[in-house]
Amino acid sequence: MILQQHGAERHDIKDPRAVSCTGWEHFPHDADVGVRGFGTSPAEAFEQAALALTAVVTHAEVRPLIAVQVTCDAPDLELLFVDWLNTLIYEMAVRRMLFARFDVKIEGTRLEATLWGETIDVARHAPACEPKGATYTALRVAQTEGLWSAGCVVDV
Amino acid sequence: MDTNRFTRVDATTWRIEPRGAMRVPAIIYADAKLIRDMDDKVYEQAANVATLPGIVQASYVMPDAHWGYGFPIGGVAAFDPDQGGVVSAGGVGFDISCGVRTMLTGLKISHVLAVQKSLADSLFRQIPAGVGSTGAITLDEIDTDAMLVGGAYWAIEHGWGEARDLERIEEAGKMAGAKPAYVSDRARERQRREMGTLGSGNHYLEVQGIGEIFDAEVAEAFGLSTDDIVVTIHCGSRGLGHQIGTEFLKEMLLAGNAFGIDLIDRELACAPINSEVGQRYLGAMRAGINCALANREILGHYARRIFAHYFPNCDLRLLFDVSHNTCKIESHAVQGKQRELFVHRKGATRAFGPGHASLPDALRPFGQPVLIGGSMGTGSYILVGAPTAETKAFASACHGAGRALSRHAALKQWSGRKVVDDLAERGIIIKSPSLRGVAEEAPDAYKDVTAVVNAAEQAGLARRVARLRPLICIKG
Repeated sequence: MILQQHGAERHDIKDPRAVSCTGWEHFPHDADVGVRGFGTSPAEAFEQAALALTAVVTHAEVRPLIAVQVTCDAPDLELLFVDWLNTLIYEMAVRRMLFARFDVKIEGTRLEATLWGETIDVARHAPACEPKGATYTALRVAQTEGLWSAGCVVDV
Repeated sequence: MDTNRFTRVDATTWRIEPRGAMRVPAIIYADAKLIRDMDDKVYEQAANVATLPGIVQASYVMPDAHWGYGFPIGGVAAFDPDQGGVVSAGGVGFDISCGVRTMLTGLKISHVLAVQKSLADSLFRQIPAGVGSTGAITLDEIDTDAMLVGGAYWAIEHGWGEARDLERIEEAGKMAGAKPAYVSDRARERQRREMGTLGSGNHYLEVQGIGEIFDAEVAEAFGLSTDDIVVTIHCGSRGLGHQIGTEFLKEMLLAGNAFGIDLIDRELACAPINSEVGQRYLGAMRAGINCALANREILGHYARRIFAHYFPNCDLRLLFDVSHNTCKIESHAVQGKQRELFVHRKGATRAFGPGHASLPDALRPFGQPVLIGGSMGTGSYILVGAPTAETKAFASACHGAGRALSRHAALKQWSGRKVVDDLAERGIIIKSPSLRGVAEEAPDAYKDVTAVVNAAEQAGLARRVARLRPLICIKG
């Protein structure tokens, strides 16, 4: 079961089979947008949330042509998640890129990742809006019935 | 929100009495319908702000308020440094000094209608807008430092603006106390190619016609007549401000325990004004304000250049430039005594009333122009700061229509193509790199801007001067 729900309402996973789920969703906020990833590990949930972040900007295909390495460090997993999204926002902004594939490794509260993506093509990607920063609003990284979720509101 | 949760002071004043950790009451200015339509989170966030150390008088909320992060959007709060008052990166927001400027053109609606489509195409081609757009200006290190100190003054020195604009910009176009040394390399890198860009989301450049005048005397002083054309630009400090906000939000959150500040919501992360991190943030944030002032001055220059091509004798004069995500030191009367306070406005406009010393001579007898951005379809308003705004909310008013629906819900309800076509039928040309972006900003995703400004007027925050209707909208 893949939970890629473009513009979906908040999705509660109650299905016990969901233990093996990965996916992402957007959840509503008055002015901005919430992103949330699900996975069998924090790293997988972080990867899925990154896909949700890309989908805030575009619903078009993003090709994984260029690889970028990033690292983040924070005192706990939730703060690490905000740092991770802010690192992505920074790389998107300064490289004028969108990212489509993510390989995240988390050891303790240190994260190392490779991002693959391409330079923004305004005509093809028709980017809708620009994430300004990840917030601590509705921030939650947690494990429920074996499934990890990681989400927060992103200011756009 | 349930109106029964408030003490109703009058038709547009709703009070949350102090309880729990609240140090002062919270006061929302809005009519009953606006209150009922507001998210419960506004109530919660207004009350949370009232718990912060050193808050003075009340946690205020403007009629266009909606759920923000930490502070509600539309929140105003003042802090006294001598009473342990704080500065909050979340209370200013990511888009430091996001704001609006309106320029008079001397043209009439008929002049623009004759070239409307061509002018719209030209503005869209030449004003960098949307994600991934870059400006014609690339900042090197020395230029960045000069820009962060000089603001609009710096832009004018480089030929991107006019000296006469300065008196019509808050802080005369140059925020004092900016400390470029506290702006990180990452923030600088984010800004390197973003000077003179509009950004995206709710940012826009609009060509507007004056549809209605409410106060003839003030309108005349502002240079506004029915059927006049004005140009309004809404944007902020771009990537530099976003990065400063991101970095200090984290730093204040991590430092919070050291200051013994017990936060109800992490997004309220703050530091005492008289602390090292508090002072560092203020220096960086003021540099961010200058970045926004420079950016709007440059965009105004681009608009002048394009209008000069179509109307060679046209003279675009700045009516005013306001910022609505700031923390500024201001002198306010509290229980009859003047105090120097750090006033946070998060999605709220400063609204000085008549006689304020900071206003230029031509405006001082009337008050400060308060520029209210509406949605693409419903139009905007120009208000003037009311004499009572000072006692009501530290001389503050609303900043826009305020969202009624999330982007998420808007996207489900409207197609961008249909929004563009419907508005075209009503004579409004929308140009945007993204139809999805247009759908997210659909007119009905916003509150009724007329209800918001009527409530602001009734509450004594600002008075209506003119209503503007859009003719061309360049969306980022």
